[in-house]
Amino acid sequence: MKLEKSEVWVTGIGLLSSLGEGIETHWEQLASGRTPVPAVNTENQAPYPVHMLVEYDAMQQIPNRSDQRQMGPWQRLGTYTAGVALSDAGIAGNPELLAETNMIIAAGGGERDLEVDAAIMQEISASDNPGPLLNASLNRDLRPTLFLAQLSNLMAGNISIVHGVTDSSRTFMGEEMAGVSAIETAVAQIEHGQGDIFLVGGAYIAERADMMLLMEFGQALWHGEHGPVWSRRDSKGGMIMGSASAFLVLESRQHAEARGVKPYARINKVVSDRCNRQAGAARKTAEALLHCVSNQLPEGPLAVLSGCCGLQPQLNEEHEFLAGLSDRGIQPAIRGLTTVLGSTLEAQFPVCVVLASMAVSKGDFFDPFDDSGVEQEYTGNADRVLISNWGHWRGESLALVDAPDVALRGRDYP
Amino acid sequence: MSRVTKDHMGRPIVAVTGIGVVTSLGQGKEDNWRKLTAGVSGISRISRFPTDGLKTQIAGTINWEGDGPYCAPSHTLTLARTSAREAISQSGLGSVGGFPGPMFLAVSPAETNWVQRMEIYNKAEVPDSGYHRLIKNVLDGSFQHYYALYQFSSIAEHLADEFGTRGQPISLTTACASGATSIQLGIEAIRRGDTNAALCVGTDGVICEETVVRFNLLSALSTQNDDPQGASKPFSKSRDGFVLAEGSASLVLESYDAAKARGAKILGVVRGSGERADTFHRTRSKPDGSAIIDTIKRSLADAGMAPEEIDCINAHGTSTPENDKMEFLALSAALGKHVDRIPMSSNKSMIGHTLSAAGAIEAAFSLLTISAGIIPPTINCVEQDPHILMDVVPNVKRVQAVNSVMSNSFGFGGQNVCLIFSGEPA
Repeated sequence: MKLEKSEVWVTGIGLLSSLGEGIETHWEQLASGRTPVPAVNTENQAPYPVHMLVEYDAMQQIPNRSDQRQMGPWQRLGTYTAGVALSDAGIAGNPELLAETNMIIAAGGGERDLEVDAAIMQEISASDNPGPLLNASLNRDLRPTLFLAQLSNLMAGNISIVHGVTDSSRTFMGEEMAGVSAIETAVAQIEHGQGDIFLVGGAYIAERADMMLLMEFGQALWHGEHGPVWSRRDSKGGMIMGSASAFLVLESRQHAEARGVKPYARINKVVSDRCNRQAGAARKTAEALLHCVSNQLPEGPLAVLSGCCGLQPQLNEEHEFLAGLSDRGIQPAIRGLTTVLGSTLEAQFPVCVVLASMAVSKGDFFDPFDDSGVEQEYTGNADRVLISNWGHWRGESLALVDAPDVALRGRDYP
Repeated sequence: MSRVTKDHMGRPIVAVTGIGVVTSLGQGKEDNWRKLTAGVSGISRISRFPTDGLKTQIAGTINWEGDGPYCAPSHTLTLARTSAREAISQSGLGSVGGFPGPMFLAVSPAETNWVQRMEIYNKAEVPDSGYHRLIKNVLDGSFQHYYALYQFSSIAEHLADEFGTRGQPISLTTACASGATSIQLGIEAIRRGDTNAALCVGTDGVICEETVVRFNLLSALSTQNDDPQGASKPFSKSRDGFVLAEGSASLVLESYDAAKARGAKILGVVRGSGERADTFHRTRSKPDGSAIIDTIKRSLADAGMAPEEIDCINAHGTSTPENDKMEFLALSAALGKHVDRIPMSSNKSMIGHTLSAAGAIEAAFSLLTISAGIIPPTINCVEQDPHILMDVVPNVKRVQAVNSVMSNSFGFGGQNVCLIFSGEPA
């Protein structure tokens, strides 16, 4: 067992969202010197606005059409973006490196055939004896490929098949926190020598009525026009969903240096915890997490990326928590990610880490995403970004992404 | 200075100090073990829902005891809660509602089932169809309770509420290897020194019409409906698919030193694990078995053991034509000559295939095999497949000293995990 922790570098990125594909496209839109314009569709899931995924050419990463046919849209999106990240890291097509690449995927899934479901609902609701009729309908209408195309761990399975990633393969579930745990676990494994190179990430497709139903069980969606997440502070709140996919190649510093790879950024820390979400509990959990990170945070301006979903009371609690950083002499420049991309569940934390890595590698931060007054201009060199990402239902997390040349503080490091 | 016991790679040794099991055979490890060693089958005709027109009409279901109609996540949660209570209670670790470590939960992706879908659909006639009608019917909040039940994080969160595990629980799925993966994550956390204890749970309770149809479409299930208890026949010539089943097992993993320091009874140790993802096909292994072979070899390397040190194999042994053949081929290649001598049995012959829970349940039974010195049989072995040239412990348990067991788990999506358990180090 190694005594000294390895540093964790981000050496490959794949990003696709409602704003477009790739980090430069996102940078152009989010750091253009003016307030970004989100891509919001008001018809696809009317009355709910959604940030719909842009079109992309899956052939670029999944050249075999028969592979594509075996996947649902969600698996295809993740498999595509994973391929982009592997290429970006320079390990695509390198069997030796792929055989030592571990995988932790944050997965949703259950991508049902909604038309088949609708037809069956109509058919059996009219029946006096629905049981046998349901069996007959399912036998008739379900396709063999659909089961596999909607199975949660088959995104990882398809990544192995299409891209040849063959060391360990784990799939985590659980909305926003699945993305956090995936990266937190990979970071811990790399730090302790339980693997040198990991593919991590997640994808989410928002334009799905069954997902809208899941959220509306808890009356969690925003009813009304799209607006910045912070503008919902004085309301009962609500979420606006968005499609996105983000994958990263994480690598121990030694491994990356040995193969001569330049990093985008370093993942300094990922910490998470949970609470029962009684009033004030999430903020308290976040405060406790801050203690694990605060020794790495100098006073002064700090770039902060928040995955705040817009539901109450989490919205106001997270805002108060972030604004409270000023008590520590920190001037937070907050960016509410969901204003520009929507809530992207499993993909959200990977998206945050990608955007933070992008900012750190550019040495600059994003323009304010809205004019609510919550988001302040950031001036100066962005060499670290604090990420705050809470689950819409459960779970809180903080992460610090910084430039590899920022001096590490604390006793864990050599 | 506290004692530091390390393995062959200088890592903390991982002990098991609590085990809990529930399967179609019964509740609790004692009841399960008695029936398992007596060769009893838990498989029966499905009574949870009408099976008219279904190719497969048998399963190892566990009775739904909740209020109202069967609800998959509630049932899955109940099973997990049952096994976790037993395991934590046996370990004597922590306080009630205060387990001092993280939880790794192997669980199937929870979905709204047809019972619930139709309940919502039929609530009110609205001028809309399909999911739009469902959404309109939930807007008044009358299905609020489903919000906290159908999130993918729901089951783990409810368990964490009850058992007070530390930190963010991890829900995971690696298909039929999930239970084994939960144990891997526990071992890795303890080896890193992140924690002295971990609660590893596998649970699956999702048998409904659609589950059966989906697996039937893949031709994965046995259709021997006339003889439910004889349908799961791993390694037999006439095997025709697996039998779906429900169950849960929990293991309390602990750093060996921490467990000894508090005077806990050591039920066994996790010696090592191996893994290698397959690239061949979504449901099939590479024809040369190389990914499985590598998985087995890596588990031996991780444990620092030679094939000859493995006393018996708790097989994945699903009773599908493909799996059982591949498992034997891979074992022959990975273990060499030792494969001629080593007994291998499949718990699935009695409890069916518990999917996400299987790896955890079979880990529990592997540990009980070691402590009892009894290898449970592979039942329904009337005519063994002549191409599977192994001692499959046919039909009758074997009384034999066992110090180390290898437990295999393979899943759709190229998931392969192999775990090795041993008795307490001398």
